[in-house]
Amino acid sequence: MEVGFDYTRSLGPTLSAFMTGLVGGRILGSRSGGQVHVPPLEYDPVTLQPTAELVEVSDVGTVVSWSWMAQPLPGQPLSTPFAWALIRLDGADTPLLHAIDAPLESMHTGMRVQAHWADSRVGSIRDIACFLRVDHELTAMFDDVSAHQLHDQSMTVTPIHLSYTHTASPEESRYLRALAEGRIIGQRCPMCRKVYVPPRGACPTDGVPTTDDVELPDVGTITTFCIVNVPFPGQRTKPPYVHAAVLLDGADIPFSHLVLGCPASDVRMGMRVRAVWKPREQWTTSPQNIDHFEPAGEPDADYETYAEHL
Amino acid sequence: MKQQAAVIGVGQTHHATKRADVSMAGLCREAIDRAMRDADVGWADIDAVVLGKAPDLFEGVMMPELYMAESIGAAGKPLLRVHTAGSVGGATGIVAASLIQSGVHSRVLAVAFEKQSESNAMWALSIRPPFEMPLGAGAGGYFAPHIRAYIRRSGAPVHIGAMVAVKDRRNGALNEYAHLRQPDITLESVQASPMLWDPVRYDETCPSSDGACAIVLASADAVQGRTAAWVKATAMRTEPTMFSGKDHVNPRAGREAAEALWRQAGITDPLAQIDTAEIYVPFSWYEPMWLENLGFAEPGHGWRLTEVGDTAIGGSLPINPSGGVMCSNPIGASGLLRFGEAAMQVMGRAGEHQVEGARNALGHAYGGGSQYFSMWVVSSER
Amino acid sequence: MRDVAVVGFAESPHTFATPGTSNGVEMLVPIFAEVLGKTGLSKADVDFWCSGSSDYLAGRAFSFVSAVDAIGAYPPINESHVEMDAAWALYEAWLKILTGEVDTALVYGFGKASAGDPRRVLALQLDPYVVAPLWPDPDSLAGLQHRMGLEAGLWSEPLTPVPFADGASVVVLASGDRAGDLCDRPAWITRIEHRVDAQLRHWLDVPSARFEVGDVEIAEVHAPYRHQEILLARELGLGDGVAVNGLREGNPMFAAGLARIGTAATHIHDGRANRVLAHASSGPLLQQNLVCILEAR
Repeated sequence: MEVGFDYTRSLGPTLSAFMTGLVGGRILGSRSGGQVHVPPLEYDPVTLQPTAELVEVSDVGTVVSWSWMAQPLPGQPLSTPFAWALIRLDGADTPLLHAIDAPLESMHTGMRVQAHWADSRVGSIRDIACFLRVDHELTAMFDDVSAHQLHDQSMTVTPIHLSYTHTASPEESRYLRALAEGRIIGQRCPMCRKVYVPPRGACPTDGVPTTDDVELPDVGTITTFCIVNVPFPGQRTKPPYVHAAVLLDGADIPFSHLVLGCPASDVRMGMRVRAVWKPREQWTTSPQNIDHFEPAGEPDADYETYAEHL
Repeated sequence: MKQQAAVIGVGQTHHATKRADVSMAGLCREAIDRAMRDADVGWADIDAVVLGKAPDLFEGVMMPELYMAESIGAAGKPLLRVHTAGSVGGATGIVAASLIQSGVHSRVLAVAFEKQSESNAMWALSIRPPFEMPLGAGAGGYFAPHIRAYIRRSGAPVHIGAMVAVKDRRNGALNEYAHLRQPDITLESVQASPMLWDPVRYDETCPSSDGACAIVLASADAVQGRTAAWVKATAMRTEPTMFSGKDHVNPRAGREAAEALWRQAGITDPLAQIDTAEIYVPFSWYEPMWLENLGFAEPGHGWRLTEVGDTAIGGSLPINPSGGVMCSNPIGASGLLRFGEAAMQVMGRAGEHQVEGARNALGHAYGGGSQYFSMWVVSSER
Repeated sequence: MRDVAVVGFAESPHTFATPGTSNGVEMLVPIFAEVLGKTGLSKADVDFWCSGSSDYLAGRAFSFVSAVDAIGAYPPINESHVEMDAAWALYEAWLKILTGEVDTALVYGFGKASAGDPRRVLALQLDPYVVAPLWPDPDSLAGLQHRMGLEAGLWSEPLTPVPFADGASVVVLASGDRAGDLCDRPAWITRIEHRVDAQLRHWLDVPSARFEVGDVEIAEVHAPYRHQEILLARELGLGDGVAVNGLREGNPMFAAGLARIGTAATHIHDGRANRVLAHASSGPLLQQNLVCILEAR
């Protein structure tokens, strides 16, 4: 499963100045207690006062340490093998962490490197594309500052996209496999005897896995619900829709699902509903095999029959 | 054996949908600097720092207290990071208090923050493993059905939710830090606002805020004559999110936390003995629900306190004189704001929203699926 | 101050990838049963529960919430959680016992690193403005530290990461008046302290690990890279006579630091030692450190 979002980070005064500098091809550090920190610190490490003084340092510096990235990971500055390095820029006292694009055999502590600026700069640490070895042609790398629009950078955008593999528990897996066959399986807790759907790796009140399978009908009672009218990113159903707690006959806990097939305003607590399955050829091991619930056309359940599930 | 702990300073940020003018550390420091000024302490006085916030996915930073350790004055000191879902602000205050009650430290800084505007909370909360049914609509979609159940169980008239919203938003207008300040809001305007998660209307829900809160706690010796809010009792309780027979309206974890709290504080009649309460009300209907859960009213009767005006400033039990979560909801900080506002009341430092003569106050937070509860009682008397 | 002892410990096998969910339930259920069995406690006898875990490791918000299912937390429990290695959850539980509010505490940690790619996930612990957008991975950061130490003559062996693992661990604490009933030879906590450093500021020293721990027979240290054990031994002042054990089979993040404490306590429980050190770390390059001295009485 992909978990991704482009985070918009507001910067505050110190980091804004730093990012604005990067857009202009300049690197700023903070001065405190006789030391120049690059990147700048927002607060003085000794007095903890907000940083008052920013100073420009060179975009040329010396490698303090390095490590080799033979197989770069997604998102890293280069997609071909490169060196991570701590680089003490001329005029700075603390090293900057960045990437160096250079052959492995050329890498050594003490080597001189210079920032290689990205063609398009947006106010991000990645405006420095990487560092390159300083040979003899120092000047060629520095492009025309005026070509970039210099406005204050108060925000930086950081895309964070991660991939996770979620695994269902053995109990949930039984339930998901049954769903792929159009059946709903609950399980009984061996201690409290309650029927859980989906089954649980641990009964929430007893802390032991649910065990005995109980086949449940796809008919139940709406215990309570709300009508969702609000859109939001990542939503998979277009509002308005009814989000209901459905207590399947024979189960001891309601589960959440969509209710369609009637105007939202007709949905009631106690309404009897029946599952509407997707076409069989679309079934997978997913609770979404049940497309939604719809009114079953039966008389409403008495309040007392579901009151303890509210 | 147990040492006494007291709040000697409270600070908070101006809360807003998007605090685009500050970084995360800057947001925390705005609250911390105010709290330390309020407490009249310097950095050298702080023995340890406790930081609380809700899910790291909101800001896209894993354990942000690590990167900002130095900026919040924690470098070289003990730093704890608490996360107990929406109740975390309260838990942060309680852990900070326990650092003093245990006799380990003399002065502790507690800070809680949320910078939700870096992402989208509705998105972050809707991330579920693919085999779970994706249906929710953030917190509203989760809680609205339980509000419907409360209305059914208690027979409360439908205007109660709107009444609470009006009261809280008008209270917020008295609080210079509140995100929403609406002195002109009316019952009619709330009832005319859009229905978001039926039965919950737009004006009956909390905003989404960036913000932070900080408090400084001290041992009895370290109070040194300062005005203080003495911590009389703390309680935390947890139950599972979903289980067979769970009472979503009046959760047992909340009831038992409150019982333990009143017992520890020596309170036998909370309605009579508590002068004001800051309780976690993200949807206005939760005021009557929590009044019952906390033991201020019998089950099914909490709404009557609201209806007769007892919970307004000037009533017998002002609830959320600061405007509460209905006016500012920086999720992770909201609980510590409740705890801090309770302390401000008994210290007599609540400014325009001061409850006259408040001596004993409750701070309350909850989180998850009404399953994490944290609360404390603070008093002007040692 | 009240006396507090470690009276029980259990841990799951550390495996590269468990089949279970990322909320740790499958790893926790058996070790809860094991540790409660060993101490003779029932779940109702536990006064306070505290855990450590990470949402980012699990890839979802509030991952620790589902973990309370493993407890069977009804009737409701007195419970808290830190977004840290569970060694710090133990610290919170220790405080709670010191206050006198509780006499017993069960502390647990869990992590399923295999749910995501920890080499990318851990980049998110770094400064979100000027470092994390480059996505430096933990091995590369350790590599920078390793080369610096190599060139400074601090070590000569190659860079050796301890592989990430999935795992869970659990420790039971008890106050002085209860510990003797639950364990024949309780491991008394005679000192527990922790500190944090500024991030990526200290490359060859670890100021937050500079604790004078005195004479110990065994030290269980929590270093994700072998060369970091050398830095820790120096900061902790461990002499040549001390048996220093580090992570070997794997690094079950968020459970590993607590497991160091549990393992150290086991040396006392089993009569192998009388005074031992447990150490836990958190954050990039040992940014945060906790020491715990355990003694027999």
